[in-house]
Amino acid sequence: MTLSIRFFINAALLIILALVPFLTDWAGDSFYTGLVSRILILAIAALSLNLLIGYGGMVSFGHAAYIGVGAYVVGIGAFHAFEDGIDWMLNGYFQLFTTLAVSAVIALIIGAISLRTRGVYFIMITMAFSQMLYFTAVGVETYGADDGLTIYSRSDMMGLIDLNDEKSLYYLIFVSLLAVLYLMHRLVGSQFGNVIRGTKSNEARMRAIGYSPYKYRLTAFVIAGIIAGYAGFLMANLSDFVSPDMMHWTRSGDLIIMIVLGGIANLFGPLYGAVVFLMLGELLSSIPLTIGGLSVGEYWQLIFGPLLIFIVLYARNGIDSFLPGKGRRT
Amino acid sequence: MNRKLISLVSAVALLGVPVMANAADNVKIGFVTTLSTGAGAIGKDMREAVDLAVEHLGGKMAGKPVEIIYEDDEFKPEIGKQKTDKLVKKDKVDFVAGFIWSHVLMASYKSAVDNGTFLISSNAGPSALAGKLCNEDFFSTSWQNDQTPMAMGEVLNQRGIKKLYIMAPNYAAGKNMVTGVERTFKGEIVGKDMTKFPDQLDFSAELAKVRAAKPDALFVFYPGKHGAQFMTQYAQADLASTVPLYTTFTIDSISLPRIGEQAEGSLMTMFWSPDLDNPTNKKFVADFKAKYGHYPSHYAAQSYDSIMLIDSAVEKVKGDLSNHDAVRAALKEADFKSIRGDFKFGNNHVPIQNFYLRQVVKDADGQYTTKIVSTVYENHQDPYAQECKMK
Amino acid sequence: MNWLLLLEQVLNGFQLGLLLFLLAAGLTLVFGIMDMVNLAHGSLYMMGAYFCATFTNWTGSFLIAAILTLPAVFLVGVVVEIVALRNLYARDHLDQVLATFGLILFFNELTRLIWGPIGLSIPLPEFLSTTVEIIPGVPYPTFRLAIILVGFLVAALLYFIVSRTRLGMLVRAGASNRDMIGALGINIRLLFTLVFGLGAALAGLAGLMAGPILSVEIGMGESILILTLVVIVIGGIGSIKGAFIAAIIIGLIDTVGRSFLPEILKLFIAEDSAATAAPAISSMMIYLLMALVLAIKPQGLFPPKGVGR
Repeated sequence: MTLSIRFFINAALLIILALVPFLTDWAGDSFYTGLVSRILILAIAALSLNLLIGYGGMVSFGHAAYIGVGAYVVGIGAFHAFEDGIDWMLNGYFQLFTTLAVSAVIALIIGAISLRTRGVYFIMITMAFSQMLYFTAVGVETYGADDGLTIYSRSDMMGLIDLNDEKSLYYLIFVSLLAVLYLMHRLVGSQFGNVIRGTKSNEARMRAIGYSPYKYRLTAFVIAGIIAGYAGFLMANLSDFVSPDMMHWTRSGDLIIMIVLGGIANLFGPLYGAVVFLMLGELLSSIPLTIGGLSVGEYWQLIFGPLLIFIVLYARNGIDSFLPGKGRRT
Repeated sequence: MNRKLISLVSAVALLGVPVMANAADNVKIGFVTTLSTGAGAIGKDMREAVDLAVEHLGGKMAGKPVEIIYEDDEFKPEIGKQKTDKLVKKDKVDFVAGFIWSHVLMASYKSAVDNGTFLISSNAGPSALAGKLCNEDFFSTSWQNDQTPMAMGEVLNQRGIKKLYIMAPNYAAGKNMVTGVERTFKGEIVGKDMTKFPDQLDFSAELAKVRAAKPDALFVFYPGKHGAQFMTQYAQADLASTVPLYTTFTIDSISLPRIGEQAEGSLMTMFWSPDLDNPTNKKFVADFKAKYGHYPSHYAAQSYDSIMLIDSAVEKVKGDLSNHDAVRAALKEADFKSIRGDFKFGNNHVPIQNFYLRQVVKDADGQYTTKIVSTVYENHQDPYAQECKMK
Repeated sequence: MNWLLLLEQVLNGFQLGLLLFLLAAGLTLVFGIMDMVNLAHGSLYMMGAYFCATFTNWTGSFLIAAILTLPAVFLVGVVVEIVALRNLYARDHLDQVLATFGLILFFNELTRLIWGPIGLSIPLPEFLSTTVEIIPGVPYPTFRLAIILVGFLVAALLYFIVSRTRLGMLVRAGASNRDMIGALGINIRLLFTLVFGLGAALAGLAGLMAGPILSVEIGMGESILILTLVVIVIGGIGSIKGAFIAAIIIGLIDTVGRSFLPEILKLFIAEDSAATAAPAISSMMIYLLMALVLAIKPQGLFPPKGVGR
């Protein structure tokens, strides 16, 4: 019974999301289509990170780096097409394939080294690697260094889908989100998912019954990296812009906040977390209240900070604690 | 039940409230700057200037009420872009102005010009937007990054500097500044340090190298908070007696109250100074000081000009903003009294303007400010203008 | 190679390293004993700088202000511990990272509200704002020399406390086996609060000494916090000795690397690319070092005994 209430809430959210472009059309306000697109892309990245943090207990503090990698693939492709007239670099399938391949290789390298460590050391080493990627982007002057790259043409999907059309792009993002949700659902429920979750709670036992946790963890790490890279591919096409800022460690922190806000190890959690995190900033910063000549909205982080502490202390499952019915617990 | 409500609210919040159609008899201007974080000091100065400009206009342009919507970019490109999107699509503003940082401007500018909204930079002057990527709907009331250090290069030549050491942060504007000074400086550059940005706050290692290199002069560019830090450390290192300092955008009226003592006598180039002698500037500086109790910075001056430029265009089309081409032509004409005197755009919509050498001095009330020493360039146009295809 | 310059850069490296050590010492203690990741440590450093600036303004003396600042930051630390952090010790690192990140936002905005966005400066007394020629021909700022001196003194004092006193014994016991100090019948709550306060005071000390050179402003804690985290992770969490050695290494690598890397790079690549690549590479260097250390020794250089779980 309780599960079904949860089911309806999740379904209702997805249905509303499916209708967003029409709702904003009706309201005559296309700004929200863009905003929700951004939220959904970050939700995709957060979903992939949840596989590591929520289910696998691997607190990766450098996940935004893969978003940056994916975005830079699109940005660099568009740059060469625009500057040097190399048109095939604009090909969306080429860009997509490169994105996935590059993020897989990078995640494989980072994961292979980082997964030797545990706990805080793991947090720090993943952050170190993402900072190296960040500084690499800052240092490469050809591709705009810290000013970033403006993307003059979005990925060319050869007529299959027109990414310049706001609605088409939105639905590509939305369908991608559904696909990632489904993938996560299947992954977590599979044998593979059992081992990942098992290594979180009791590594020695998993080893004793004959699994090598390292290999499974590394696989999860690479899968998460690829999905985040894909999110970067989408992000670049949405914002027409890439900059090193996308890879900064604070961006990785944002993703973690989304996961915790949404409730850790909960399939839909990162989606709720992304929605609330981004809307909260938007809402709090536009509070039209002035006290003693000071605009409250400008000091919204003064409210957001303690709110974060409160959620950690008293609402351990994030937004999940406020939703009726029991979410999927592990 | 209550819990269900909360979940519903988060879903509905997504959709927002349908906005009222833009009241046709308002002039709406979005102003994007940094209000939060440590860089908020610059944003505050700019906002004060915009408020003053609106006050000087009596709150009206061509008889229509002016509405300014301030947005905070939090010093992050993606937030700046999101805020610009909101201004353009949700608030449906007629003009977007502001922008302190080049990376925020670069991220945001497509959002504005692709949707047919005029974009006016009140500070950032990246070379790309002045050159190859110039756009007919983009205007600047500041300068292009290279211009100010080019003027400085000339000053160094005039003063007989043979050996120069350069320090600047390693980011786009920093590199533009270095390129600028290298364009005109004729002597030898004996050392160059591009320091980490924005995390590097201690310059001891670089200052030690400067001392060892024994140059005739040191040229630096450290904007915002880094300027105060640099000046303090330069003073502590006791270099002033052996290696005189020349700067651009390092000392401004925001930092002068803090570092005035160390900076007194220091030389810099700029397109403007509070003591620039023309009626608009005198009124601007006097009213600004009376209202806020401190000198306006160049950020403030440029922001004031942005609003006045918009006003001139709105007046010229008699408040009818529906004809995009007419408004553009009116903006391009720039028929207004600027804080720099006469105002004229180049083909790339960056001002053609004078550059001055100015010096930090104490005014009659004991406040630190700058005064003009000499004019370095008259009617100077940035070097990227020729790369711009607009006529 | 210019040996005088190298010597001066080594001094600069020590100065940065010792500043980092003051921050790292408190952080690594809290981490080691309470198993608590405290990102807000940088905020305490910021508080130290702001308090000192305010007190200097009131009293007109940097030295008196410095003496007043230490107990003030100690107090702030104790209050933060009792109000917010105490409840987090039993939680996992993720919760701690988030809650203390919330604290950072709170402190930053509070500071902006109280002191304004522009930042402050701390004027130094005459005898500290001069230079001394400890290396012939190279005048070195007296104040930076004072930082080096204070840094070494504090390091020695900490070494004494940790290795010779009862408090130190508890601290060492706590770092290697947390459950044991409970079994010893010690008032753990009080011990934790005390250690946290001590860490806060050390951060405050670092802040008040950094204030006059790096200027006092919002967010000054974050950039140095990352460096500090790198230090304690390389040194091995919970180890004061590790923190000291790692801090000096990082200080030297950062300073010396920054100043000689462009020249070294010029030997291999074009001068122009060297000038821009050097700062990017030197920014990366400490992260590279950390990744290297952890890849070889996943517990850092000096893991406290008994941690080898």
